[in-house]
Amino acid sequence: MKIKSDSFRIAEYAAFLLIMLATLVLCVCVGSVNIPVKDTLTAIWNTIFSLPVPEGISQPIIIFVRLPQVLCVALIGAALSLCGCAMQGLLRNPLADGSTLGVSSGASLGAVLAIAFGITIPGIPFAGTMVMATLFAFCSLVLILALAYKLDYSLSTNTIILIGVVFSMFANSVMSLIITFAGEKVRTIMFWSMGSLSGSSYTYALILLGALILFGTFIFYNARELNAFAIGEDNARNIGVNVKRVKLTIMIAVSGLIGVCVSIGGTIGFVGLVMPHMTRMIIGPNHKKLLPLTLISGATFLMLADLVARVLLRPLELPIGVVTSFVGSVVFVYIFYIMRKAK
Amino acid sequence: MMLEVRNLTVRYGSLTIVRDISFGVTPEQWLMVVGPNGAGKSTIVSAISQGIPYAGTILFQDRDIAKFKPPQLARNIGFLTQSHSVGYSFTVEEIVKLGRYAYSSGIFRTTDKEDDDKIEAALEITGMKPFRKQSVLTLSGGELQRTFLAQLLAQDPKLLVLDEPTNHLDLVYQKQMFELIRQWIKDTGRAVISVVHDLNLAKTYGTNAVLLDKGAIVSGGPTGDVLNAENLEAVYSMDVYGWMRAMLKQWEK
Repeated sequence: MKIKSDSFRIAEYAAFLLIMLATLVLCVCVGSVNIPVKDTLTAIWNTIFSLPVPEGISQPIIIFVRLPQVLCVALIGAALSLCGCAMQGLLRNPLADGSTLGVSSGASLGAVLAIAFGITIPGIPFAGTMVMATLFAFCSLVLILALAYKLDYSLSTNTIILIGVVFSMFANSVMSLIITFAGEKVRTIMFWSMGSLSGSSYTYALILLGALILFGTFIFYNARELNAFAIGEDNARNIGVNVKRVKLTIMIAVSGLIGVCVSIGGTIGFVGLVMPHMTRMIIGPNHKKLLPLTLISGATFLMLADLVARVLLRPLELPIGVVTSFVGSVVFVYIFYIMRKAK
Repeated sequence: MMLEVRNLTVRYGSLTIVRDISFGVTPEQWLMVVGPNGAGKSTIVSAISQGIPYAGTILFQDRDIAKFKPPQLARNIGFLTQSHSVGYSFTVEEIVKLGRYAYSSGIFRTTDKEDDDKIEAALEITGMKPFRKQSVLTLSGGELQRTFLAQLLAQDPKLLVLDEPTNHLDLVYQKQMFELIRQWIKDTGRAVISVVHDLNLAKTYGTNAVLLDKGAIVSGGPTGDVLNAENLEAVYSMDVYGWMRAMLKQWEK
């Protein structure tokens, strides 16, 4: 009798990982100057093991420009998809995502406030923006869910999306107001809010990795609980899940991740909507598998989106959010349509 | 006393849904909670499951269940709710397996022999074994209800609280389900509370009954005493006994 194997299948993980690694190499190779795969791999390999890099390979481009940017993009994609996946399970709602719920806008508002009023934490660059973004992400999430519960206890899709849209507009209007009065800070804010990841450094990548490990662990630890929530909150309570604790844990983890991602990369919409959905179509809704595989596929998706943004109108570079929102809005309408038809 | 509800009052805003009611259930009893629509039957179930705020005390084996940790409550009391709609395509087996949640926590814990046995038995007894790998989105209402009953049996609580358990079931499965619960209750230290609309089922299977009207208890005690002609006529404002006999005539040859 087989019961054990259904939560772990090596072949699936290997396939997802391979595609991600291939994408990573591709994204480092292709750009304003195309670099052969062999040269790229040699440069990375030799730099890691501090070997001399052969003549003719542009090590600086690969190691100090492309690689950190691709790594940051991959980590943000992984983090945002994981957040989307966790929220879609928690709220039993396949359209939940940082951008549709308004959490990303909330985080942006926090970041803009931090920049405009020069809120910093001495000694750690960037920490002020990050903390403010995280804090605002969490407060927005609490506010949005409290409102949703008050208006419609069953948390139906329509209510949540409606409140998310309204909250986003509210946050954006406050942001515009701040930017109007920001004076000489306007340039910094505009530069940040474009959501460009070019000029990323390994410091950012490390911060993202740290956040992903820290908050990701909390989310992974609650995989079974998320399954129960995805079936229904009442059912979760009936089988003995500590409903309040799990909700709070997931909300804190999600806000933390979105806050860090937004403060580094700006708002990149719909990432958390597309990949969890597609991954779920391939491997099913069980979060023990869905969470890790969504993390991998999310990284792959955002790297590809970044590639398209860099290459499509070369030498012009599009903001990455343009690509994700384009794909995301189509997928959003598709999911909504499918849900309607299922009723 | 296995479960004791003392002076339970539930309010939604200024509206009082359940007013100061008390009742209890002892082992091997099957308590039927009956009454017309809006009497507050489901609200009582929600209160016991700790899903809504309430005033008063609910004791399980003389301890306040509000102080139970969620897994501890789930190991003692299991609930079957009225309507199920699952949004994602979980398999029957995945849902039934979650019934064992209260016996373990954490991500790395694998199922042990006892879990497997309980899951298998639950699938077998509810007739859901052929559906185990099937997505719940493809099931009929009755099959879905049986899936959650299987989850409940895998959870193996001492007290079952069922809210309209036969809501989506056809006659064959209604009978099967009630016979199944009648067997289940025979094990020592088990009891059932169920909310039912069908007075026939209440009379046939219940050992005890609580008759509710507008959030208050009209009568409580052994089923036969509670469901007498005067009580039912007062609550339902119609001659229930006469109506039931007239219905039965349709089936006589």
